[in-house]
Amino acid sequence: MRWTTFAATPRFYALTGYLIPGFWAVAALLGLAGLGLGLGLAPSDFQQGNVYRIIFIHVPAAWMSMVIYVAMAFWATVGWAAKVRVASMLARALAPTGTLFTVITLWTGSLWGKPTWGTWWVWDAKLTSYFVLLLLYIGYLALTSTIEERRRSDGAGAIVALVGVVNIPIIYFAAVWWNSLHQGPSVPLNAAPKIATSMLTAMLLMTFSFWSYAFAVVFTRTRALVLEEESHTEWVQSLRARRPSMNRH
Amino acid sequence: MSTAPIWWVVARRDLTLSQRRRSDGLLPLGFFLAAAGLFPLGVGPEPQTLRDIGAGVVWVCALLASTLSVTQMFALDHQDGSLEQMVMAPGSLVALVLGKTLAHWLISGLPLVLLSPLMALFFGMTGASTLVLGLGLLVGTPTLSLLGGLGAALTLGLRSGAALLLVIVLPLTVPTLIFGASAVSAAQAGQSVQAHFSLLAALLLLSLAGLPWASAAALRLALD
Amino acid sequence: MAWQSFEQFLSMQGHGLFVWGAYVPTLVALAVEAWATRLRWKKALNAEAEELLP
Repeated sequence: MRWTTFAATPRFYALTGYLIPGFWAVAALLGLAGLGLGLGLAPSDFQQGNVYRIIFIHVPAAWMSMVIYVAMAFWATVGWAAKVRVASMLARALAPTGTLFTVITLWTGSLWGKPTWGTWWVWDAKLTSYFVLLLLYIGYLALTSTIEERRRSDGAGAIVALVGVVNIPIIYFAAVWWNSLHQGPSVPLNAAPKIATSMLTAMLLMTFSFWSYAFAVVFTRTRALVLEEESHTEWVQSLRARRPSMNRH
Repeated sequence: MSTAPIWWVVARRDLTLSQRRRSDGLLPLGFFLAAAGLFPLGVGPEPQTLRDIGAGVVWVCALLASTLSVTQMFALDHQDGSLEQMVMAPGSLVALVLGKTLAHWLISGLPLVLLSPLMALFFGMTGASTLVLGLGLLVGTPTLSLLGGLGAALTLGLRSGAALLLVIVLPLTVPTLIFGASAVSAAQAGQSVQAHFSLLAALLLLSLAGLPWASAAALRLALD
Repeated sequence: MAWQSFEQFLSMQGHGLFVWGAYVPTLVALAVEAWATRLRWKKALNAEAEELLP
C-alpha cells in the first residue's frame, strides 16, 4: 500500500480513527511517567532548588511549538503544491495546537524566569524571536480563517507559513549566536547533555507525551475539518447513516 | 516601447498615477512626521531620553508609514480591473511585482530616508548617528516594501485587509527593525556598525531573492 | 522520592506558586483543547448535512 493512498480523505479519516485512541493512551502513560519522574523522583537542583521542575513542561512545549510550525509549513506546502486537500487541512489543524504550545512555553518560561533570574521577561535574541513565532502563528490563523475561498486560503497559508519558517532556526541558534540571559541548549545536538540523567529522562518522556498528545488532538481536529468540509459527500452521508442510533440527538 | 522591461514600465506607470494623486503619496510622509513628532511631546523634552529612544521611534514610524501605504500597491488596480488585465498579459507576474515594489519604495520609502535627518534633529542625534540612521533606512526600507508587497498580495480584496496585512507583515519586519535601530545605538556608543549593515544587506538580498516570487504566487491565487 | 512530606511537595521549597502556576494552567489548557476538539468532531459527525452548509 502506498502512503499516498491516505491522501484520499475517506482513507485518511479511517486510518486516523484507528490511530487516535493509541495516541491518547501513549500520551497519558508517558505523561504520567514523565510527571512522576520529574515532580516526584528527580532530585532538586543544586542552584535552582525545585523551581527548575518547570522545565519538564517548558522545554517539551517549546520543542513542540517549533516542530509543529515546521510540520504546518510542510503540510501546507504539500497541500498547495501537490493539490492534496487533506494535507492543507492537516496544516490548518496543526496551527491552533502549535499556538497553544507557544503560549504555554511563554507562560511557563516567565514563571521559571522570575524566581531564577529575577525577571518575568527580557528582550534578548531568543525570547524576541520566540515572540515572533507567536505572531507568525497568529498571522497564519488570521489569514487562513479570513480567506473564505478554500483554494486561495490553502495557498496563502502555505506562503505565509513558508516565509516564516526561517524564524525556527533563528530561535534555536539565537542563544548561541548572541550571548544572552537564556541559557544555551540543555540538550545540544552533538555533545553530551549537560543535565542529570533522571531530569533528562523526565524531559524526554514529557516530550514524547506532548508529541503523542499533539498527534491525537491534531488528527481529531483534522477529522472534524474533513467532516465539516465534505459534509455533502456520499461517503460522509453513509458514515453518518452507519452510526449506532443512540449517538444521534 | 515594447523593448522596455516590464518592471520599468509598471514602475513608471505607478509613479505617474501617484503624481496625479499627490495626496496619496504624501500621506506616508505626513504620518511619519506626525507620529515621530508626537514622541518628544509625549515623552518629554529631556535630551538624553530622546537620544535613547530616537532610533527606535524613527524606525518604528518608518515601518508603520511604509506598511500602511502598501495596501494601495495592488488595491487600486484591482478595483478598476486593470490588475487582472496585467496578469493576463504575456510577461512575468514577478516583473509586475518588482515594478510596483520599486514604485512603492520611491514614493513611500525613499522620502522617509531623505526626511530622516530632520527626524534625527527632533531627537537630538549626533552627526554620526544621523548618518547611520539614514543609511540604515536606505538599506532597510526596500526590504519593508518587499515584505509589504507580499502582505498586500496575500490580503488582496479581503475585508479587514489592512489589519490583516499588519498582523502578517509586522513580525517579518522585526529583524530589519532590530538591526536598523541597534546600528544607531551602536554608532552612538562609538561601536562598529559593520555587522548591523551586513545583516541589513543580507535581509534585503534574501527578500529580493524570494519575496517577489511569493508575492506573484499570492497574486495568482487571489485573481484566479 | 525527592520529598519527605506532601507539604514539602506542595510548597516546592517556597516556589510552589511558580511551579504549580506553571503546571496547573498548562494541564488544564491541554485538557480543554483536547475536550473541545473532540466535541467539535462529534458535532461534525452527528450533524445533518444541511447544518454544515459551506
